Amino acid sequence: MAAVEGSGAGGTLFPGLADVSISQDIPVEGEITVPVGSHSPDEDYSTLDEPVRDTIMRDLKAVGKKFVHVMYPRKSSALLRDWDLWGPLVLCVSLALMLQGGSADSKDDGGPQFAEVFVIIWFGAVVITLNSKLLGGTISFFQSLCVLGYCVLPLTVAMLVCRLVLLAGAGTISFIIRLIVVVAMFGWSTLASTAFLADSQPPNRKALVVYPIFLFYFVISWMILTFTPQ
Amino acid sequence: MAAADDLKFQANPDATTISIDEPVEIPKNQHSRQQEPGREEDDELLGTDDSDKTELLAGQKKSAPFWTFEYYQTFFDVDTYQVLDRIKGSVFPVPGKNFVRLYIRSNPDLYGPFWICATLVFTIAVSGNLSNFFIHLGKPTYHYVPEFRKVSIAATTIYAYAWLVPLALWGFLMWRNSKVMNIVSYSFLEIVCVYGYSLFIYIPTAILWIIPQKVVRWVLVVFSLCLSGSVLVMTFWPAVRDDNRRIALATVGTILLLHALLAVGCLAYFFDAPELDFPAPIIPAHNGTTVTTKSH
Repeated sequence: MAAVEGSGAGGTLFPGLADVSISQDIPVEGEITVPVGSHSPDEDYSTLDEPVRDTIMRDLKAVGKKFVHVMYPRKSSALLRDWDLWGPLVLCVSLALMLQGGSADSKDDGGPQFAEVFVIIWFGAVVITLNSKLLGGTISFFQSLCVLGYCVLPLTVAMLVCRLVLLAGAGTISFIIRLIVVVAMFGWSTLASTAFLADSQPPNRKALVVYPIFLFYFVISWMILTFTPQ
Repeated sequence: MAAADDLKFQANPDATTISIDEPVEIPKNQHSRQQEPGREEDDELLGTDDSDKTELLAGQKKSAPFWTFEYYQTFFDVDTYQVLDRIKGSVFPVPGKNFVRLYIRSNPDLYGPFWICATLVFTIAVSGNLSNFFIHLGKPTYHYVPEFRKVSIAATTIYAYAWLVPLALWGFLMWRNSKVMNIVSYSFLEIVCVYGYSLFIYIPTAILWIIPQKVVRWVLVVFSLCLSGSVLVMTFWPAVRDDNRRIALATVGTILLLHALLAVGCLAYFFDAPELDFPAPIIPAHNGTTVTTKSH
């Protein structure tokens, strides 16, 4: 606290303050309030101290909630706001794993390899997101990736059903069952992702944005449908 | 964007004043020469309603530097109905109408070429796989494979065709343009646009190629080649016809030849020949010995 000594000498500089002397006698009064509020889970000190189980369960619950949102698509912004890419990763890896073990007479002409499925899903989602952003969409990059990845869930379920049906046999009836299941899940995926993404597009370009999504899920459905076991 | 109402131009003092946004038939001697000189002097129909407005505004459109996102957004500045119109224009070419002038009109987009090529890649791969499945269906030694490798081959071929051939053609036209003053010259993106939209006819063709009849397939090849070839010819003929006669014919001939090669190559590689015309094909069996089966 510097006391302005000799304030008379400095009076010419600050004429209005000539008679003010700051000294250590005057106590500073007032209130400084820090809004404490409720402990938000984003504060570091609280999540560092919690047990590991809580951390994992929180993320798992978020992923599970999004799965439920995909299976019963309502227009809700929860999926869009809190995006995460864990769910898409789990779905993509499980789908790629289930597509392994397919027929391969020669090394060259079999089904898609693990890396190919991975690349198709992620690269396809990135291209569709870029496309919708270039056309003037207002959704953010990772939100769109999140939605497209989560909407692969019905197709992963279809893959699971297909593999179970193929355990029973590989005849015409099993093919018809698989066809119906895959077509139904393909429709579900496309409708779910369109329900989430369509609102963020300019109105006269909606079809331009929906068509690549349709193509993307069609390709994945084709890979699922043509899976033949060795 | 500048208010179009303020843009009035007077080409000749003794002519009437024409406002840009009025859809009038503008006589030739009153055209504004904002873009490359003489660009409007084709004798094809130009699509007169707002061609001048788009010409003027085109110069203002792509002004963002190329490292920003907005620069690339200018190439996707199309609405659904515009894309559908362009596709319709490529499938039903009107004789005498230039595709670029009529539909693109200084607003080339990359949406059409990119997604038409993507659709074509997957259509050819899927149709080829289906057609092979149906052709070999009854045979005891046939084991269905999804043939997924062919998708990457198809993608490489079609994207290379849709991007490298326009690049070569654009370079060639630029070179000739420096020697012979052409009345019509196209930007690189417009050429990519024409090529991309002209490939659309191959999508239904590829689906119809599933039918395992040789005659049907070749009729389809010829038909689609005529349609998309005519779009290309009517686009590029005005650009080369002022040149040396032989060079002009060679250019147009090369364009058509490459287009035909693409169609025939895809048919030959992705679609097995239907065996009803082939006597005694030889199919290698699993245990390595060769089994000859007779076709019925």
